[in-house]
Amino acid sequence: MPAAGLELSALRRCYGAVRALDGLELALAPGELVALLGPSGCGKTTALRIVAGFERPDAGAVRLDGADITPLSAAKRDMGMVFQSYSLFPHLTAAQNVAFGLRLRKTAAPARAARAEELLELVGIGGHGARYPHQLSGGQQQRVALARALAIRPKVLLLDEPLSALDAQVRLQLRDEIRRVQLDLGITTLFVTHDQEEALSIADRVAVMRSGRLEQCAAPAQLYQRPATAFVAQFVGTMNRVRGTMVDTDLVEVAGHRLPVDGERPVPGTKVEVLLRPEAVGLEAVPARAAADPAVGTVRTATFLGAITRIAVVLEDGTQVKADLPSHRASEFPAAGRARLVPAARPVLVIEP
Amino acid sequence: MARLVTGEVAEDRGGPEGGGPEGAAPEGGGPDRAMPEIAAPDRAASPGRAVGARWSARGGVTGRLSRVRWWRAAILGVVGIYLLGPLVSALWFTVYNPRLREFSLAPYGQLFGASGFPASVRMTFLLALTTIALEFALLVPAMVAIRLRLPRLRGVVESIAMVPLVVSPVALTAGVSSVLGWGLNDQGSWIFRLDADLQSQSFPLILPFVYAILALPFAFRALDAGLRAVDLKILVEASRGLGASWPIVLWRVLLPNLRAGMLSGAVLTLALVFGEYTVASILGFVPFAVWIVQDGQGSGQLPIAVSLLSLLLSWAVLFLVSFLGGRRAAAVTDRSS
Ligand SMILES: Nc1ncnc2c1ncn2[C@@H]1O[C@H](COP(=O)(O)OP(=O)(O)O)[C@@H](O)[C@H]1O
Ligand SMILES: [Mg+2]
Repeated sequence: MPAAGLELSALRRCYGAVRALDGLELALAPGELVALLGPSGCGKTTALRIVAGFERPDAGAVRLDGADITPLSAAKRDMGMVFQSYSLFPHLTAAQNVAFGLRLRKTAAPARAARAEELLELVGIGGHGARYPHQLSGGQQQRVALARALAIRPKVLLLDEPLSALDAQVRLQLRDEIRRVQLDLGITTLFVTHDQEEALSIADRVAVMRSGRLEQCAAPAQLYQRPATAFVAQFVGTMNRVRGTMVDTDLVEVAGHRLPVDGERPVPGTKVEVLLRPEAVGLEAVPARAAADPAVGTVRTATFLGAITRIAVVLEDGTQVKADLPSHRASEFPAAGRARLVPAARPVLVIEP
Repeated sequence: MARLVTGEVAEDRGGPEGGGPEGAAPEGGGPDRAMPEIAAPDRAASPGRAVGARWSARGGVTGRLSRVRWWRAAILGVVGIYLLGPLVSALWFTVYNPRLREFSLAPYGQLFGASGFPASVRMTFLLALTTIALEFALLVPAMVAIRLRLPRLRGVVESIAMVPLVVSPVALTAGVSSVLGWGLNDQGSWIFRLDADLQSQSFPLILPFVYAILALPFAFRALDAGLRAVDLKILVEASRGLGASWPIVLWRVLLPNLRAGMLSGAVLTLALVFGEYTVASILGFVPFAVWIVQDGQGSGQLPIAVSLLSLLLSWAVLFLVSFLGGRRAAAVTDRSS
């Protein structure tokens, strides 16, 4: 089956005074996996439920291959959904769960059983078909739920934080497997998560949501390296906020260095906060009795992360800054030692506090 | 020496602030005598007041235990006599003939030939089944809808469902008979015919309506417990998303998962209908319970035999259902762990 394109346009949904969705726009190309990422309560689940047909938008439309499916009920949309909590039918075996949708489509019993087994195999739990949900672990249950969603050959696969109820190791494993299956089948997929690492690692593109709106939708690397807004910059990856001053229309001074400004540019003279990734911050050791300098601080902690070590420095004014250094240099910065910030000469984002 | 340590531990548990030997000794005084063969060798092996007293303390713990067991046996005995006494006497009464001094199961044989017995049992069964069907047709969709769409109404509906507990059946029946009286003014009208059908002697359709109200609190509780054991919303959405129509959702997903709750609701309703006397008798119908009372005046052992048999029957149904429902409920709770 050729993959379908999905389009969410100007979706609005209010619950009383709460605006869960406030004009959400998002388009998925056929066969693409888009991760919908955002803090808890920003409207991700609402968006997914509107796409699935469990919820009606107050305004806006959902289009599948250009056709408006907004008025269609959930039962007529042919979408596969995997829920956050365990949703298998407790009175059916794993295989019967997978075959449930096929049975509704009047598939003959032998074909049904064969397809159920094939799908359980695909999600890595072939041979568990005769077990009841209560006899399966959480990870296995979510695998069966995935197989059940895929069994009906849906046009779109929808996943609402399918890994959040699982423990860390299973989560990583299943995450990779969802991606493998998705690539195998080439199915258009919307994957909701509040975990930025999960989103960056699984998706073709990541759509960052905030308060019911789309902030930015871009490939993971681009999102990380060139965030469109300060919100995205802070939500995706680790980010330092350091005080600085605009010294020209496109130059900011921070820790004694002048850096080019990307994105919004406040007028010269404005006090701003400069956003710096830990890997864009260098450190140099300073003798203990150096003159007072706003760019110098005290080393608090050093966290060994393998090839790099993340060192936290607290500046005179109380700002904490994290810097990633190659681990072999970490010994230059013992705890309680003095260090000076050396921002890398790259364009930075600034925000007015 | 190891046993000495055990003694110390027991004493510590008994009350460390009691100050040791003097505090513990009197407490263990009585029961200590019950186990001299244990205490004596130790006293001999390691003489000294303190050690002996420690063993007394241990005797005290055992004594308390045996006292608990004694009470337990006593209470069980009293309750057992209270519950089983009447049943055993009833059984004795039905099978033993003091004049002829012989045992006979004849009353149980006569039972099936007794006039009115088969008819009353059949009517009661039909009444029970109709009541159960009516009850579920009313409650299941309503409670499912409340769970899914209007969770705020649950409290209101629950209090309404509990009202029959505080309305006396006599008052309810008085209301029902006055309503039934309305239709009888106008012979030949459809209301008259409906009224007559409701009060048909062979199958009084009015009774299931009244019984459904009387059984409402029990059926509600049973179903509510069943509903609580499953995440209804997610099951419905999962099946809707897979393409199930609403009737299919109800039939293939909801009913199988509500089976335990519905079974216990059905049993409670069945038991209620089988034992119901007040309403049926005031309205002038003769189901099982009324038949027992009416025919019990003259014919000796027979009605007692019937009562015993009906009791056994309800127990059998109850065991069957708790067996079936228990397995299901266990499966559901396992899942959540
Ligand atoms: N059924 C509902 N009734 C009332 N408020 C709701 C309902 N569903 C969601 N909301 C509100 O809408 C907002 C977005 O919710 P949701 O889409 O679940 O967020 P997310 O999945 O991103 O955590 C939240 O503020 C939430 O409280
Ligand atoms: Mg959510």
